[in-house]
Amino acid sequence: MIKNDIKSTFGGSMRLTAFLRLICVGTVMLVPGLAAAELQWNFKPANTEIGVAVHDLHSLVMWIIVLIAIVVFGAMFYAIVKHRKSAGHQAHQFHENTTIEIVWTVVPVFILVGMAFPATKALLELRDSSAPDMTIKATGYQWKWGYDYLDEGISFYSTLSTPREQIEGDTEKGENYLLEVDNPVVVPVGKKVRILTTANDVLHAWYVPELTVKQDAIPGFIRDTWFRAEKTGTFRGQCAELCGKEHGFMPIVVNVVSEDEYKIWVAEQKSRVAARN
Amino acid sequence: MEAVHEHDHSHDHPSGIMRWVKTTNHKDIGTMYLWFSFAMFMVGGVMALILRAELFQPGLQVVEPEFFNQMTTLHGLIMVFGAIMPAFVGFANWQIPMMIGAPDMAFPRLNNWSFWLLPPAATLLVLSMFVPGGAAGVGWTMYAPLTVQQGMGMDLLIFAVHILGMSSILGSINIITTILNMRAPGMTMMKMPLFVWTWLITAYLLVAAMPVLAGAVTMTLTDRHFGTNFFNAAGGGDPVLFQHIFWFFGHPEVYIIAIPAFGVVSQVIPAFSRKPLFGYASMVYATASIAILSFLVWAHHMYTVGMPVEAQLYYMFATMLIAVPTGVKVFNWVATMWRGSLTFETPMLFALGFLFLFTIGGFTGLVLSLTPVDVQLHDTYYVVAHFHYVMVAGALFSAFAGVYFWLPKWIGKMYDETLGKWHFWLSIIFFNVTFFVQHFLGLAGMPRRIPDYSLQFTDFNMISSIGAFGFGLSQLLFLYILIKAIRSGEKAPEKPWEGADTLEWTHLPTPAPYHSFETPPTVK
Repeated sequence: MIKNDIKSTFGGSMRLTAFLRLICVGTVMLVPGLAAAELQWNFKPANTEIGVAVHDLHSLVMWIIVLIAIVVFGAMFYAIVKHRKSAGHQAHQFHENTTIEIVWTVVPVFILVGMAFPATKALLELRDSSAPDMTIKATGYQWKWGYDYLDEGISFYSTLSTPREQIEGDTEKGENYLLEVDNPVVVPVGKKVRILTTANDVLHAWYVPELTVKQDAIPGFIRDTWFRAEKTGTFRGQCAELCGKEHGFMPIVVNVVSEDEYKIWVAEQKSRVAARN
Repeated sequence: MEAVHEHDHSHDHPSGIMRWVKTTNHKDIGTMYLWFSFAMFMVGGVMALILRAELFQPGLQVVEPEFFNQMTTLHGLIMVFGAIMPAFVGFANWQIPMMIGAPDMAFPRLNNWSFWLLPPAATLLVLSMFVPGGAAGVGWTMYAPLTVQQGMGMDLLIFAVHILGMSSILGSINIITTILNMRAPGMTMMKMPLFVWTWLITAYLLVAAMPVLAGAVTMTLTDRHFGTNFFNAAGGGDPVLFQHIFWFFGHPEVYIIAIPAFGVVSQVIPAFSRKPLFGYASMVYATASIAILSFLVWAHHMYTVGMPVEAQLYYMFATMLIAVPTGVKVFNWVATMWRGSLTFETPMLFALGFLFLFTIGGFTGLVLSLTPVDVQLHDTYYVVAHFHYVMVAGALFSAFAGVYFWLPKWIGKMYDETLGKWHFWLSIIFFNVTFFVQHFLGLAGMPRRIPDYSLQFTDFNMISSIGAFGFGLSQLLFLYILIKAIRSGEKAPEKPWEGADTLEWTHLPTPAPYHSFETPPTVK
């Protein structure tokens, strides 16, 4: 039964050793009824090309770590089992071996250099916010986000829309509890969207896991990040930098829509602005 | 006349409370450090349990968000500055003079003062909860400009940090002087037990890093009250400057905590492997390299502030480099066990727990060193899991190993071995129940320092909270074991650990006399 659980829960993603999985599943078993639940064991699927590259980098590093762990912990547990006094093992009094000490200093350097190449490539891509198709300024406030579409002249605030009663436990919590807003950000699919971040009061951070974006919003300074969504859909994140008492209650919702839908949305927003004026 | 007086003084045993207030004896001061640390560990632990109680379920049930933030702040500061650091200074006080064959610390009165600075600092921290506005809710990292918005709790916190920093600096000067000047004849630097080496290096880190923290919080103080704009962009300052200064202290701080833990483990593993430490010289060099590197990697805590990509690349490479000396240490410990004659008394169990879990913490550290991956994981529960593997399973387990290892020498009585093993197994199981699942929360995108979370994170948070309460309660067993050993422990044999070979075991009776090594031993 445990085996089936592992299979169904982990599906195709293989990021951890079977040993660690067993610990986790064992842990889950501690709480009755949880084993059946859908649990998120890894990154949520990335909706950007660079996100996929980052997740692949993470998987690669995890596999390297698994191999190192097998060697190191293997030796450790072998010694624990075979070289114990109760098994009659006598201590050998050696305490240095220059060759092996050089080997285990130099080999890790090569492994690290091997990891540095894909990491550098991913980082350079991740930070290349040049030539965007559109730019949105995200301003952190205590405790909501303000958005300005710099090319379209659209501006709005985006505030948590989860009712207070759900937070206090007076009514049942909705599906998107704490991750829903009154005015979501709307962007077209497949376009390079540059996000400028800044803040009005204290530090905030604009974080949407599935878009592989996290950028601090700093009062008085402008920083940038970008994403190019591959698929349409709704993607939810939240402020990631402690910003006071409502830090946990200023989510980010990004609706990725088709080009046509985006145009309609822009027209609607503009007419709303016109009507207000 | 003067000589007679001196003589009388050094053998004076005042009793009652004044013995502890006026003591200049390194053993008394070490004991006070350790009990203070344990008391703070309990206070910080209760705060952690308040956090985990709130996070048991989605929704706000137990505390208000402001109070939640205050608890995250105080939990971090109290555990780092009140529990872990004083615990290792306690070990340093007890062990360094005995391990190098010195009669006491170099500056006994300064030593007394270093300790007695701690209770006022802790009092300020705890009192800050009861002033108008409550304690500061800014996180232990105290990032500007949120600190400017806080009430007077923030000022109390700043003064507490100042006092704690003074205590650390004075203690470090004492430790450096003792190690460099008071070694017994024949105890060359490269013959010192590794615990002494790790403390020598740590003390230098403290002297270099603590004034930087003092500078950072002083600038915060003047920004708050005296019209300066160090961290205020509107006045020409920069909020990110605070982070640079803080982490220039903060990253060495990580090693200030970890390196003495390496030292304890480097005494315990050889003793229970009945073999000398493998690669002693490379251990010393690796520790020194880690210490130097620790000053060159601070901005890896700041990958999302928007540094130029060139700077990010530098910090990534430099940070990855730390894996090399850290790896050397782990390999050396495993090689020390290799073909030894191992037994698994409680100190060894905690040392092995350290080795296993600290290595996992090192692995996740490697994951986090990669900037593109860290951008995803920064400020999520993955980071929380990572540093608790290093701080709790690393430093705290090592401190437990040290207490069980040296307790017979300190009090002349044995702890209850069966209960000690229970303490280990309960701690390691509940530790993993608490923190392993937090890796998954972080990967899935749960930010740290939030009092309430969306429904997707419910299950793992529930498991983590159950683990936290189990871990917390297990520590009451530790208290019981200590009290039982002190009050009614079996008399310890002269040398309870077959493989222990440092001076305190080979040249001093058990328990160690109040004044030891009044004439220095000769080390061959």
